[in-house]
Amino acid sequence: MEALFFNVDAGFLEGIVRGYKTGILTQAQYANLCQCETLEDLRTQLSATDYGNFLANEPTPLSTSTIADKATQILVDQFNYIKSSAVSPLSKFLDYITYGYMIDNVVLLITGTLHERDTHELLERCHPLGWFDTMPALCVATNVEELYQTVLVETPLAPYFRECLSAADLDDLNIEIIRNTLYKAYLEDFHAFCQTLGGPTTDVMTRILSFEADRRTINIAVNSLGTELSKEQRAQLFPSIGRLFPEGNNQLAKADDLDQIRAACEGVVEYRSFFDTSASSGQGGEDPAAGLEDRFFVTEVHLNKLAFLQQFQYGVFYAYMKLKEQEIRNITWIAECIAQEARDRMQDFIPIF
Amino acid sequence: MSGTGSRENIFPTRMALTNTKLRLKGAQTGHSLLAKKRDALTTRFRAILRKVDEAKRKMGRVMQLASFSLAEVTYATGDISYLVQEQAKAATFRVKAKQENVSGVVLPAFEVERAQGSDFNLTGLGRGGQQVIKSKEVYAKAVETLVELASLQTAFMILDEVIRATNRRVNAIEHVVIPRLDNTIKYIISELDEMDREEFFRLKKVQGKKKRDNEAAELKRKAELAVAAEAAGSDELPATGETAVLRNLVEDDSELSGPGDLLSSKDEDVIF
Repeated sequence: MEALFFNVDAGFLEGIVRGYKTGILTQAQYANLCQCETLEDLRTQLSATDYGNFLANEPTPLSTSTIADKATQILVDQFNYIKSSAVSPLSKFLDYITYGYMIDNVVLLITGTLHERDTHELLERCHPLGWFDTMPALCVATNVEELYQTVLVETPLAPYFRECLSAADLDDLNIEIIRNTLYKAYLEDFHAFCQTLGGPTTDVMTRILSFEADRRTINIAVNSLGTELSKEQRAQLFPSIGRLFPEGNNQLAKADDLDQIRAACEGVVEYRSFFDTSASSGQGGEDPAAGLEDRFFVTEVHLNKLAFLQQFQYGVFYAYMKLKEQEIRNITWIAECIAQEARDRMQDFIPIF
Repeated sequence: MSGTGSRENIFPTRMALTNTKLRLKGAQTGHSLLAKKRDALTTRFRAILRKVDEAKRKMGRVMQLASFSLAEVTYATGDISYLVQEQAKAATFRVKAKQENVSGVVLPAFEVERAQGSDFNLTGLGRGGQQVIKSKEVYAKAVETLVELASLQTAFMILDEVIRATNRRVNAIEHVVIPRLDNTIKYIISELDEMDREEFFRLKKVQGKKKRDNEAAELKRKAELAVAAEAAGSDELPATGETAVLRNLVEDDSELSGPGDLLSSKDEDVIF
């Protein structure tokens, strides 16, 4: 039924996104990029793709961060174009996509403001997708209480703050814990919102968000081993969605070492292979946790590609953003490998198409 | 001989000779000691040179690894530099300086002291934490290599300077001090020899003169004896008179007195 009226509001934008999608670099283009000897060659190769002459005005000693910045800027422009044409509920959905970046930005501003850093420097470092109009207002706050009030009033993240943190927490807690608490609330909220959209959007987004939640859960579990993060705190950071929830989350919260984490993930067939060290002799074989991140990326790309198989749903917008981000990471990686002459590691990026 | 090369301005005596010989001996001992020190330092210097070379190559590799691990972090988590800067509170990596003694040269050696800090070990909690930790480790190793290199490089510079100074001293002793002392000794010896020869010649001369005088006195005495023998025909005691005349002759030789004197002493003798 939803397919009947989908195109009235979002058909044009879906077409645009699917058009953008075809611009994502292919294997052959990656192969060309990997042949590059210098960053100048890389620029030439990229100008033959959909990126066009995005680096044309850059001065000659190209840095990898410039490439990443410019590529991100293209993505942001595309996103803003889509967003400006969107109507509810798609516009709401797109807002939710930006919340993830906003969390990073707000956390950055909180850290900077608490340490009384230069606000302009902070604002420059913010991710452009997470930009909101009232963001500079956060820098005005001088003490923690004021900052908390400002965050509540000025940011779209107010519900997450209100539910999860108090003013005192901003001062006491490790900033990473704050970030992950917020992100947990965000994921749950986004998930709940996707349930209200119904139809294929729910199907697609549930799949993607469940994986995102599980990925965070496993990552937090792995990364908190051997740190001062207590098990109760750890459990509180786990999003209450995803395929591991609740049984797997409980086990992960109690896990003391990597083997227990592996055992906790046994319940989900797809996650079993993540900890399979023998399968990935090629990349980072010595440490099972090191290859983990790569395999998460691979799975994420896979799920996001699946989103394009269904029509009349919003998942494509989210999926496109994530795929494009991965592509920017890939380009940056290749650029880094070229700049640092580590050609043997160059193939470690995750091809998309 | 003594005129060639520089020598010390010294009065050529036996005492000065002994002193100079002692000083030469001291200089030679010092020279061998310094040469030994120089050799020891040079050995050490070579070893350090090799280590510096190794450390520099190693640093190249390690720094490359380190910056690559940072690229991995960027790939996995994005830019974390700001968070890390803000959350780093106490230095976990400290450098301690201590001293090492190599043949009297004090070389500073830097030592790494790592505190098990956990200032930002929650960074990348959501994702990329492993990469962050790995990068931290790799960078710590890189800095360790840097510290090692720094201590080697400092030792290298100091040793270089000390070796130069020692070399200068060794060369100075070998080519200036010892030849000068040698020259002085030769000069003193030649002067002493010269003085010996002069003395010998003087003695010869004195002896020759004495001999000539003796001969003259002998002739004179014989002549007088002949005169006395003529007069002794009437004398009762010729033997005593003869001894008295002989005695007078000896006195005359030393005093070179005139004939008047000779007569008066003879009178005395005669009375005696």
